[in-house]
Amino acid sequence: MAQAPKFIGAPIKRRDDPRLIQGLAHYVDDFNPPGTLHMACARSPYGKANIRSVDVSKAAAADGVVAVYTHEETKGIGPVPVGAVLPDAKVPVQPILADKQVLFAGEPVVAVIAETRYGALDAAALVEIDYEPLDAVVDLEAAIEPGSTKVHDDYESNEAFKWGLAGGDVEAGMKEADVIVKEKMTNVRVAPLALEPRGVLAHYLPGEDKMTLWTSTQVPHKVRTLVAGQIGMPENRMRVIAPEVGGGFGSKLNIYREEALAAFVTRELGVPIKWVESRSENFLTTIHGRGQVGEIEMGLKRDGTITAFRYNVLADCGAYYQLLTLAIFTLTGLMLPGPYKIDNIEMNATGVFTNKVATDAYRGAGRPEATYILERMMDIAAVELGMDPVEIRRKNFPDKSEFPFGTSAGLSYDSGDYHLALDRALEAADYPAMRAQQEEARNDGRYLGIGFSTYVEICGMGPSAALGGQGWESARVRVEPTGKATVFSGASPHGQGQQTSFAQIVADGLGIDANDVTVVHGDTDVVPYGVGTFGSRGTVVGGSAVVYARDKVRAKMAKFAAMEFEADANDIDFEDGKVFVRGAPEKSAGFADIAMMAYSAIALPEDTDPGLEETHFFEPSNFTFPFGTHIVLVEVDPETGDVEILRYVAVDDVGNMINPLLVHGQIHGGIAQGTGQALEEEMLYGEGGQPLNASFMHYALPKANRLPRFELLHTTTPTDVNPLGAKGVGEAGTIGSTPAVVNAVIDALSPFGITHIDMPLRPEKVWRAIAEKRA
Amino acid sequence: MIPASFDYVRPQSLEDALARLGEHGDDARVLAGGHSLLPVMKARLADPAVLVDIAGIEGLSGISESEGGIRIGAMTTHAEIEASGLVQEKCRSLAEAAGAIGDLQVRNRGTLGGSLAHADPAADYPAAVLAAEAEITVAGADGERVVGADDFFTGTFETALGAGEILTSVRISAPAARGGSAYLKAAQKASGFAVCGVAARLALDADGAVESIRVGVTGVAATAYRATSVEEALTGSAPSAESIRKAAAGAGEGVDALDDFYAGADFRRHLAGVYAARAIGKAWIRASGK
Ligand SMILES: Cc1cc2nc3c(=O)[nH]c(=O)nc-3n(C[C@H](O)[C@H](O)[C@H](O)COP(=O)(O)OP(=O)(O)OC[C@H]3O[C@@H](n4cnc5c(N)ncnc54)[C@H](O)[C@@H]3O)c2cc1C
Repeated sequence: MAQAPKFIGAPIKRRDDPRLIQGLAHYVDDFNPPGTLHMACARSPYGKANIRSVDVSKAAAADGVVAVYTHEETKGIGPVPVGAVLPDAKVPVQPILADKQVLFAGEPVVAVIAETRYGALDAAALVEIDYEPLDAVVDLEAAIEPGSTKVHDDYESNEAFKWGLAGGDVEAGMKEADVIVKEKMTNVRVAPLALEPRGVLAHYLPGEDKMTLWTSTQVPHKVRTLVAGQIGMPENRMRVIAPEVGGGFGSKLNIYREEALAAFVTRELGVPIKWVESRSENFLTTIHGRGQVGEIEMGLKRDGTITAFRYNVLADCGAYYQLLTLAIFTLTGLMLPGPYKIDNIEMNATGVFTNKVATDAYRGAGRPEATYILERMMDIAAVELGMDPVEIRRKNFPDKSEFPFGTSAGLSYDSGDYHLALDRALEAADYPAMRAQQEEARNDGRYLGIGFSTYVEICGMGPSAALGGQGWESARVRVEPTGKATVFSGASPHGQGQQTSFAQIVADGLGIDANDVTVVHGDTDVVPYGVGTFGSRGTVVGGSAVVYARDKVRAKMAKFAAMEFEADANDIDFEDGKVFVRGAPEKSAGFADIAMMAYSAIALPEDTDPGLEETHFFEPSNFTFPFGTHIVLVEVDPETGDVEILRYVAVDDVGNMINPLLVHGQIHGGIAQGTGQALEEEMLYGEGGQPLNASFMHYALPKANRLPRFELLHTTTPTDVNPLGAKGVGEAGTIGSTPAVVNAVIDALSPFGITHIDMPLRPEKVWRAIAEKRA
Repeated sequence: MIPASFDYVRPQSLEDALARLGEHGDDARVLAGGHSLLPVMKARLADPAVLVDIAGIEGLSGISESEGGIRIGAMTTHAEIEASGLVQEKCRSLAEAAGAIGDLQVRNRGTLGGSLAHADPAADYPAAVLAAEAEITVAGADGERVVGADDFFTGTFETALGAGEILTSVRISAPAARGGSAYLKAAQKASGFAVCGVAARLALDADGAVESIRVGVTGVAATAYRATSVEEALTGSAPSAESIRKAAAGAGEGVDALDDFYAGADFRRHLAGVYAARAIGKAWIRASGK
C-alpha cells in the first residue's frame, strides 16, 4: 500500500451490531424450512450406568412422533472424530448413541424425531431406559489412584496418556537455586457457555443427492469433511453453513454427536431435521475447559533469577475425547516459561479419564492454565524472597533486543517489549499511589490487594507443521463489475467482528470505501476451503490471506489501468475510488470503470484473463506472541469473604490493531471471562457424576455489575510473521486476567499470612482461609 | 428445558379464580409472575394441568397507605415495591429486600404474593415481612382471613396458605416515630437468591433505648426465622456498635443451617451474625437520625 491507511487502525463500529441488537440476525434456530421435524434426545441421568434395556414403544406411539433411533439404528455412523492424537494415548470410541453403557451424565441414548420441538421433548421423556447405575469417578486425583473405580471397563486404569516436555536441565537448575518454592494448584473445570447454545439443522434433498447442514460452529469446513465422513457421504455433496453464531469460545471448534445424527436422519427421512440445544444440555454435553491439578516447583536465586520450573500435572479428559482434547494441555507445556527467561523447564502430564463430558478448547485453551500457575508462582516466590512482585518479574524478562527470543520450551517468540508494557501499566495505575492506598486502608482495618499478571501467549494458530496440519487460512477477494468488493473468507468469525475489519483491510488496499466491501464467511459452498476461527487466528491468519488475495486483485486491476493509460502497471495507484497513474493525476479513472473493463474484456492486457477474483491460502511462518501487563486492585471483606474489584488496568500489546474498538471488545469480554474463573466459575459434580450446578441459576457467570470500568492501554510491537503485523487478541484478556485477580486477592490477604488459595475464590473459601489462619 | 403441556385460564375476578381453583383442586396452580413456578415446570419438577393466571384480577395490585402503614397487593411487582416512595418511607427494609431480588428482569415480573406463597428458603421478602410483623390476607372459598407473618412460613416451600386459597395483600403497620429498618444480604452469585439475608426493624424511645426490635433471617435455614435471642438482647437499652455486634452474633447460633455448595452450614451461621450486625446497625442509624 503506497498511501497511508485510512480504514486500518480506525475504531469503526461493528457492522453486526445493528442486526444483533435489533433481533434481526439469523441463528440456526431461526431457519425453518417447510416440513422441518425436530429431534430430542433421551440422555443419561447417571455418571456411569449399564443399559439393561431400552423400550421406545411409548415414545414411538406418542402424538406426532415420526421416528425413534437407538444405538442399533445408528451404529453405522462413524464415531465422534478425535484429532491431535498423541502416541500411546488410549483412544476410546465415542458412539453417536450409547450402546451398553453410558459414561457421563447427559450422554445421549435415544433420539426422537417428531413434528414439533415440544412433541419431541415430551416423547423423549417417554423413552424407558432400564439403567443399572454404577460407581462413577469424577475427581481427578481419585481417578488416578491405583484401584480407582474405572471409567472404561476395558482399560487397565483411568490413565489416558502420558506426555512430557523438557527443555534444559531441570535437576541442574534446581541444584543451582538458592530457594525452591512449591505449591499445588488447580485450574477447575469451567463451562464455556456461549450465549447461543449449539444447534443444527440438516436438510437432505434426495433428488439432488445434496445436503445442507446449518450448524452453530467455528469450523464449517471441518464439520463438512468430518461429518460427511461419519455418515459416508462425499463431502462435496454436503454444504455446511455457519449462520450467525452466538459465541463459541472454543466450544464450537468441535464435531458433536448431534451433527452427525441430524445429518444421518435427514438422509434417511428426506426432510429437514432440527436440533437446538437447551441450556441444560449445553452444560451437560458441550465440552468444558481447563481441568488441571498439578504440583509446581520453581527454583530461584536470591536475586529473583529463576533457575528451573517444573509442573507435574493431571489433566482431566472426561470420559471421551472430543476433537482437540489431547492438544490443549500441550499448549500449557509450550507456554510454561511465559514471558521469562527460564532455561530449565519440565512438564509431566498424565491424562485422566473421568465420568464427565470431555474437556477441550475454551478461550485461551491451555495458555490460561500455564499463565495462572506461573504468575501465581512469581508472587509466591516474591513473598518468599521479600521482593516486590514487579521487581521479580522485571528481573526475568528478556530485553527487547533479545527477540526473536528462543524459549526452553522450543518456541521462538516473534517480538516483544515486556518492560515497556509493564512500565506503561505501572504508570497508568500509579503503582506507588496504589500501594499507599493499600497501606492506608490496612491501617483502617480494610484489606486491599494489588495483583499483577505479566503474560505472553501464543496466537495466530499456524503454522501447519506445528499444528499437525491446517495452520493456514484462505480468502478470496472479488471486485464486482460495479466496483464493489466482496471478501470470501475461510475463517468463520462468530462475534469477533471480521465483517468489519476485513472490509477495512480491503478498502485500504483498493482505495475504496469500507462500506463498499462485503464480507462473506461460513458457507462451504461459497467460500474457499477454510480452517476456521479459533486460537486468535481469525485476523492474524485469515486477515493475512485477505491481504494477499486483495493484492492479487489489485495487481490485476493495475494491469487493466496500465493498458488504459498506456503506463507501467507498477505506476498505478488506488485512492478515494480512483485508479490513476502516480504523478499524473490527469490519467485517472473511476475504480468501477476499471472493474467493468476487466469484466467486459473487450480488450485484455497481455497474459491476463478476464474477471477480478483472486484466492490466496496464507501459511504463516510462525505463531504470534501477544503480551501485556494487567494490574488489579481489589478489596476483600474478611468477615464475609466477598471480593470487590476496584480497579482494572490492562496494557495489551497485540501488535498492529486493525480496529481498536474490536480489540477493546475482545479484551473486555476476555477479562470478564477470566475474572469469572478466578472468582466464581466451577463445574461441580456429585458422587454419582451428576453436575450440581448445571444451570444459570446455580453457575455464576461474571456480570457487569460486579466489574469495574476497565482502563485499557496498549503498546504496539508489530510482528513480522504476517503482512498485517497483527498478533491476535481473542484470548489475551482471559489469559491475563485470571492470575491478576487471584494475585490481588492473595495480596489483600497477606496480613493473615495467606500465600495461596485455589480458584475460584468464592466468599466461603476466602472466609475459611482467613478463619484457618486466625484459629 | 420446556414444560409439559398445560391449560391456561385468566379469570377476571377473585371469585372466579377461587372457583377455578376449587374446580381443579390439586391439578391447578396459581400463576403470578411465573418466576418461581415456570422454572420449576421447565425442570419438570411440577406439571400442573391448569394454570390460573391472577394477573387480570382488578385490585390485586398496587401500594396504598393504610392506617399510617401500607397495604400492598399480592400482584405488586418487586420493581414497584423497590421504587415506591411510600414503601421507602414506611418500611425501608421491604423496599431494600425488593431491590435486592435477582436482577431487573426478575424484579419486573416477580410479585410479592408469588414470592411469599412460594416460600423459597432463600427468598428475600420473608426476612422483611417477619421483621415488619406484616399481616398477610388470604382469600378462600369461605372468605378472607388474616395470617400474621410469624405464623405464615411453616417450612421449606410451605406456608399457612390452604388448598385453593389466594394471597391477596400484605399489610405493614405504621413505623414508630423514631423507627428505622434495613435489609442486607449475601447473594448467591448466579441467581441472586439470598445465601443469608437479614432484615431488622426497630423503634427507639425518647432516650434512645430500643423499645422494640424484630430481626428476620432468610437463606440460612430451611425456613425464614426471627432471631429472637438477638431481639431480646437488644431490647430495653441504648445500643452501641459493640452491643449490636455482640448481640447479633446470636442470629445464627444453634440454627440448623442449610448446607450446600453455595455455603456450608457454619459459614451460613457466621454470615447470619455478620449481616444481623450490619442490618441492625443500619436500622439503628436510620432510627436515631444519625
Ligand atoms: C433468575 C431468578 C433470580 C431470582 N432471584 C431471586 C432473589 O434474589 N431473591 C428472591 O427472593 N427471589 C428471587 N427469584 C424468585 C422471584 O422473586 C419470584 O418472582 C418469586 O419468588 C415468585 O413470584 P412470582 O410472582 O413470579 O410467582 P409465581 O412463580 O407465579 O408463583 C410462585 C408460587 O406461588 C404461587 N402463587 C403465586 N401467587 C400467589 C398468590 N397470590 N396466592 C397464592 N399462591 C400464589 C404459585 O402457584 C406458585 O406455586 C428469582 C427468580 C429468578 C427466575
